[in-house]
Parts: sequence; C-alpha cells; structure tokens
Amino acid sequence: MTSKNKSQSTDEMVSVERLIGRILQIGVFTSAIILALGLLLFLMNQTTGYPAGTHPKTLLAILQGAIAFKPYAIMMLGLFCLILTPVLRVVVSIYAFYKEEDHLYVVITVLVLIILLISFIIGYLGF
Amino acid sequence: MISTTLLLIAVGLFAGVAGAILGLGGGIIITPILTLAMGLDIKYAIGASIISVIATSSGSTVAYLRDEVLNLRVAMFLEIATTIGAILGALLTGVLNPSYLYVLFGLLLLFSCWNMIKKLRAGRELTTTVKSDKWAKKLDLNGSYFDKSELKNVDYEVTNVPGGFSMMFGAGFASGLLGIGSGAFKVMAMDTIMHMPLKPSSATSNLMMGVTAAASATVYFFNGSMLPQIAVPLALGILVGAVIGSRIMQVLPARVIRMIFVPVIFYVGLQMILKGFGVSFG
Repeated sequence: MTSKNKSQSTDEMVSVERLIGRILQIGVFTSAIILALGLLLFLMNQTTGYPAGTHPKTLLAILQGAIAFKPYAIMMLGLFCLILTPVLRVVVSIYAFYKEEDHLYVVITVLVLIILLISFIIGYLGF
Repeated sequence: MISTTLLLIAVGLFAGVAGAILGLGGGIIITPILTLAMGLDIKYAIGASIISVIATSSGSTVAYLRDEVLNLRVAMFLEIATTIGAILGALLTGVLNPSYLYVLFGLLLLFSCWNMIKKLRAGRELTTTVKSDKWAKKLDLNGSYFDKSELKNVDYEVTNVPGGFSMMFGAGFASGLLGIGSGAFKVMAMDTIMHMPLKPSSATSNLMMGVTAAASATVYFFNGSMLPQIAVPLALGILVGAVIGSRIMQVLPARVIRMIFVPVIFYVGLQMILKGFGVSFG
C-alpha cells in the first residue's frame, strides 16, 4: 500500500496496517476453526444432525443447530463466517483510509460497502 | 465418506495454490472435477465454486500481516464497477441470451492470451514504460511493491483507467450472469488494459474477487445450493493452499507466472466459446 499521507509518520501507518492484518487473520482463522470443528464432528459421529439430503438454510436454524452441536449447522456457520471475511476486509479498509486521512478513498470504499450490503439484501430476499 | 472428504481437501489445496499464484478463483479447476469426475449437479458445483473463490481470496489475504504487493486503491476503485456489474448480471439472468456473451467474453480472453504471448516474446517484464493518465493521478492509483524474486522495489504507473473500469464492469457482469471467469477478466483489465505489473495485478485481483463473490454468495447460501459436505472440506483445503500459493507467488519471477497464465487463459477462453456454441464440458 502506498502512503499518500504526508502529515502522519510512516511508522504509524505501518502499525495501522499491521493491526488491520491481525484483524483479518483473526476473522479467517475463526472461520477455519469453525469449519474444521464441524467437519471433525461430522466425520467422527457419522451423522449430519439432519434428515438425509437436507441441511439448515436459515440463519436461525443454523444458530439453533450449532448450539445443539449438530455437525451440519456448525459447518454452515463456518461457511457463513467465511462469506463475511471479504466484507470485513472492506470495513477495515475504510478505517485504514480514514487513518491515512484519504477522504476520497473513504468515500469510495464506503460506496463499495453499500453496494455489497444491497447485494446481500437482494440475496437474502431471493430476487 | 472419509475418502471423499480427503479427496476434496486435496483438490482444494491444489486449487488454492494455483488460484493464489494466478489471481483466479478456483472455479476453473473445481467445477470440472466436481461435475465430471464426481458427478455433482452443476447447481451445487456453482455453490462450491463461489465458496472456493472467497476461500482463495481470504486465504491469500492473511498470508502476510502487511500485503505490500496488492494495490488497495486500485482494488476499491475498480470494485465499484465489478459489484454493480455483478448485481446487474445476476438480475438479468434469464433475460439475456448467454450464448452471445459466452462467445464475446471467450474471444476477449483469447485476445488477452495473445497479448500475454506478445509480452512474453518482448522479453523482460516491462514496468516503467507507461505514463499514468490523468485519472490515475487524480485517483492516486500509481503504486510500488517490493519484488521478492528480483529483490528490488518496483515503482509503477497505471494508464487507461476508464478502459480498465469498463472492463471491470464487464468482468462483474460476466461473473454475475455466467458465474465464471471473474478472476481472469480482472487480471486482464489490470495487466493488459491498465498496464499494471503482473504481480500486483494478480494480488489485487485476488482481493477483489473475494469481495465480488461475497456479493453473490448469499444467494447461493440461502437457496440451499451450498452443500456443507462438499463446500467445507474444499474451503479448508483452499484456505491452506492459498496461504502457500501467495507466498510462492511473491518469489516466482513474473515471467514464469505469465507462462503459466497463458495456457490457463487459453483453456478458459476456448471453453467459454465452445459453451456459447452449445458444447459444454465442465
């Protein structure tokens, strides 16, 4: 990432970028751990927790199933977290540009986030 | 069940390494394996392939605490075009006849392939030959990265920003409508049209395709075409593969990456043209 900013020290920019890198790593690791846990339970118990050929599709059903330690619900929860990681990427980028006092890119990145949220709503409502 | 799971993890590992190096989603590797070799319905293969794209993107994002190769400004600016394109494409599914689009986008890829061969024949990777246009200056898109194979800092300028932006809209439109080829078109827009060096193009494409895929992933997640027993082992394999792949990418000479890229792009382009004429494989 190029540092456009002149008023702030490069050291501070580097630490902002490191913090962001750490947040992203935590997000991706968390998803991976949930995925791995679900897969292990599935393989060890040899059961999905659901009738054959079905899996939970709504967020409510997934959360309820995950609390009950049903393998498919935990696996779906992991997939959902993974889908959210690029969104996390966009959100922390807004913060990075804000810290760099790059207002043009704060606006551009917020715009990307809004378009993304619109697509999520379209997806959820199933147009 | 365990053998299928292990096979999917292995396929994911391979797709993750390849995808992170080239800046492509795993779709071109994963869809044929799932549909042809494992006999999975195409509907579920697309669901798995969307998750693969996100896993490749996120896996290569976390390989480094600070990614000094990707260009975040280029990514976010162009992301406006791809996400709007992706939504429009998804909404127009069933309205437009996809045959023409397959042929059109396939030809574009073959053209890009030809361009890449020209760059290969020109010898060394050229990075300092273009002058940035006024858009690149206004939007502060020029960048620099440390090339770990040449062991030096490379400053670069980007040009033809409106052309790249339009191509990105097309890339988003194609991935929303046809569900394939998003990474290939993104690399093409940056490398061929905007004259960005190949490594930042690939890394930036990697970040962008995750965001674009997230835009359409919820549709597949909630309509039930993401099968956990398929998508989860694939995603786990890809996450690990992409971390490895993005580390390999940084130390590989750009020329070698381009040499791998050419046949892959040729294959995808040919596949799309054939699909446009009604011949389908994978």
